[in-house]
Amino acid sequence: MTAPAPFPGGGGADDQQQPPPPRRSRTGYLLLLPGTLWLLLFFIVPLVTLVSTSLYDPAGTLETGYQLTFAFGNYVDAIDDYATEFTRSLLYGGLATLFALLLGYPLAYAIAFRAGRWKYVMLLLVIAPFFTSFLIRTLSWKMLLADQGVIVEVLRFLHILGDDGRLLATAPAVVLGLTYNFLPFMVLPLYASLDKIDVRLIEAAGDLYASPPQAFRRVTLPLSMPGVVAGTLLTFIPAAGDYINVELLGTPQQTMIGNRIQSLFGAGSYPAAAALSVTLMLLILAMVMLYIRRAGTDELL
Amino acid sequence: MSAGVDEQEQANPGVQRGPGNDLRLVSLSKQFGAFTAVNDLTLTVPAGSFFALLGPSGCGKTTTLRMVAGLEAPTAGDIFLGGQDVTRLRPYKRPVNTVFQNYALFPHLSVAENVAFGLKRRGRKKVDAEVARLLDLVELGDRGRRRPQELSGGQQQRVALARALINEPEVLLLDEPLGALDLKLRRQMQIELKRIQTEVGLTFVHVTHDQEEAMTMADTVAVMNAGVIEQMGPPGELYDNPATTFVANFLGQSNLVAGHVTRMRDDLVEVDVEGTTVLASRTRSHADSGAVWVGVRPEKVFLDSSGQTRDHGINVVRAGRICDVSYTGVSTQYLVRMPWGQELTVFEQNTGARELFRVGACVDLGWRAEHTFVLDAAQDAHAGVEYEDLGT
Amino acid sequence: MTATLVRAGRWVTGHLVMFVALLVLFYMFLPIMVVVLMSFDDTADVAYQFNGFTLANWSDPCSSYGMCDAVAKSLQIGLLATVGATLLGTLMAFAMARHHFRGRSIANVGIFLPMASPEIVMGSSLLALFVSAGFAGQLGFATILIAHIMFCLSFVVVAVKARLSGMDNGLEQAAMDLYANEWQTFWRVTFPLVFPGIVGAALLAFSLSFDDYIITNLVAGQSQTFPMYVWGVSRREIPPQINVIGTAMLLVSILVVVMAEVVRRGRNRA
Repeated sequence: MTAPAPFPGGGGADDQQQPPPPRRSRTGYLLLLPGTLWLLLFFIVPLVTLVSTSLYDPAGTLETGYQLTFAFGNYVDAIDDYATEFTRSLLYGGLATLFALLLGYPLAYAIAFRAGRWKYVMLLLVIAPFFTSFLIRTLSWKMLLADQGVIVEVLRFLHILGDDGRLLATAPAVVLGLTYNFLPFMVLPLYASLDKIDVRLIEAAGDLYASPPQAFRRVTLPLSMPGVVAGTLLTFIPAAGDYINVELLGTPQQTMIGNRIQSLFGAGSYPAAAALSVTLMLLILAMVMLYIRRAGTDELL
Repeated sequence: MSAGVDEQEQANPGVQRGPGNDLRLVSLSKQFGAFTAVNDLTLTVPAGSFFALLGPSGCGKTTTLRMVAGLEAPTAGDIFLGGQDVTRLRPYKRPVNTVFQNYALFPHLSVAENVAFGLKRRGRKKVDAEVARLLDLVELGDRGRRRPQELSGGQQQRVALARALINEPEVLLLDEPLGALDLKLRRQMQIELKRIQTEVGLTFVHVTHDQEEAMTMADTVAVMNAGVIEQMGPPGELYDNPATTFVANFLGQSNLVAGHVTRMRDDLVEVDVEGTTVLASRTRSHADSGAVWVGVRPEKVFLDSSGQTRDHGINVVRAGRICDVSYTGVSTQYLVRMPWGQELTVFEQNTGARELFRVGACVDLGWRAEHTFVLDAAQDAHAGVEYEDLGT
Repeated sequence: MTATLVRAGRWVTGHLVMFVALLVLFYMFLPIMVVVLMSFDDTADVAYQFNGFTLANWSDPCSSYGMCDAVAKSLQIGLLATVGATLLGTLMAFAMARHHFRGRSIANVGIFLPMASPEIVMGSSLLALFVSAGFAGQLGFATILIAHIMFCLSFVVVAVKARLSGMDNGLEQAAMDLYANEWQTFWRVTFPLVFPGIVGAALLAFSLSFDDYIITNLVAGQSQTFPMYVWGVSRREIPPQINVIGTAMLLVSILVVVMAEVVRRGRNRA
């Protein structure tokens, strides 16, 4: 995780007059071949299979087999039956992304500009949670947010929560869990693009009569936009598809679309599960496209 | 300009010729898409000489160098080293080494390992003594075990030089090697480079946009502009007898005044400049009829209070008015506004023999006929001017 | 008085960002502290509370039935997936950063897409493929490995490519100028300089593989990895031993990073 998503054309256009002369040969294709084959076989082909599975006759089972009947009705059913879950997924995912941005930006900013010689220690601390299992950490939240836990006690004392108010098994707990789990995916791309900013640019803004907040808004923030875009995408996409946080920190009232897909696959209803999966993918793609267009960073793709 | 082989040889009578290991470029061209970086370039660099390719950025000098090194393939033309055609050879097959602009020292290797790199690649096993000798030559004998990034800019530059020299290439290419250094260090390195070149006697081809650097170090300077060589010769000759307005402006500064040729004498040309007759020697006239630019270098001009008579053989234009005085310590630079509205530059040594002129003083400008050069008026009088300001 | 206040105010605003950053770091580490604490808990219970201190979990982590088998399986898959993804991804990164070819932008999108797909979609599509290809009965080690290499690949490409494009290709030209042929240039200059990037990418791939639950769960069949084990016990009594594994992983990874840093600094000194 050293870079904010792939920015193409990173071939190093550092030479002022001439473009660098990368070799135009077969070697490029040969190097690309094994990885491309792997992605084709185990990412693209499965996606195609998923789409065709979503059009199977929903009456089929693992035992009787499935038939491709172009049952577009699967999609109608999927959207009819699970509209709430879809909305909830996008809402929770969006909220988690927003909170991760609000928390992650100061952290990334502090690491890039304020940490001095503690920079690498702080970066290590951001990456470290990656190495303690995702599930175990989420279980820890279950303990931290428990009704007898310190956090709930404090919030009750402060009357932010009612006397019988609780955190565990509520929507806020799910969003908190999502925010927590995908925060590093926000911080690292943000840090990568903030770290590239020449501090002298910010000083120059100050020299040109920009107050610190103005300098931030007019110089730092626009220059860090690639990191913001990459970070929000890397956070939103997995958060919207997640079902672990709901399962461990929420209740059936907070069910997201991931839970439904998972349980339908578990129950062998492949066509319906596939239709949900494809719909989720399309929804996310549409939102990503819209977002990238709005953020004006088309070069991301 | 047709800087052909013959002309080049005349220009360099003093250079000792090696056993035919001259570097010859024949009709060399390089296109990048629609952009022509180097256009039909032909030139010979005699073995053992210090040759400078001088020009503004984007003039094609670095591309020429990279083609000689083998890092860029020419679109057309050939490169010969000695009798051998090296045009299509891979860089590692050429007896040519480069000192890169940003030095390109390997950060993962020590200074000594950097210097030993070329020898090792050619299969030499025992290299320590040689590496030590070269490091001593560039006065870094005690820094062999350091990493390049721990050294200062000047030291890195010397490592890059040692790393190239150790291979005893037939031609050493220097790509703006002093560009990253500050002025004082650059002066020091200029002298150093020249010393090493004299000591080891290799052919140096030096690319730079700094005219002073080119003039201090090189035996022969080729001024390059927009992919072609404008003029080539020993530095003094280029300076005193520029053949184009570009050279006149890029190499130092020039006053160029419009005039037209009125008469040709045996060895002199008479030019009418705003009603005054100005004389120029024919050897420095690159146009012999019609409209011309009359040029003189600012330090060749004398200033006198108006109305004083002068000797024969001196060109005088009268009734200028000082409009700016800049005192620089060694000399004073005057800007003189002429009656026809043009401002001319005059440099005077501060010998203390006379008081400085004040702004508004009325003066006559005088200079010797042999310091006058005449250029074809079809050229832009400002060619090469703006680049000079970019230099350094 | 006001001067002091102003100065105090300035100090606060000057350090405000750092203060917020430390709070966020605290938020990130809060659960990890719980993990470390719970690795010393002496009783497994449904409510997941700290009951009493013991070292037993550390001296015999395998006492929790089936856990160590799952850990072993995760380690095997993690190592193989790391090797596979690092190899394929590094080759791709070199192609992307150092070679010209047609279809470059398509390749870029192709590499970006897996990172932009929710895991549930990738997992379910792989499952759909395996089932329709008739492998529904053979789901297990091989299918997990295939999936893990697939989703680690893009991250490796991005990490190695970042390192490569940050590298001055003037260094390679300098090597060629100094009589190194293509092969020597690669092994003497390019590879040593990219190596830290490759190591970083490999560490990332390992952590992604070791930690994955959603995709693994869909294509695992009867096999059980460590995250699947944790999931399985999370609704029953949660054995504190899982926290031993979590803590140990954290310690090992920090140790690796610190050692790498020490080696790097030592080499730079020498």
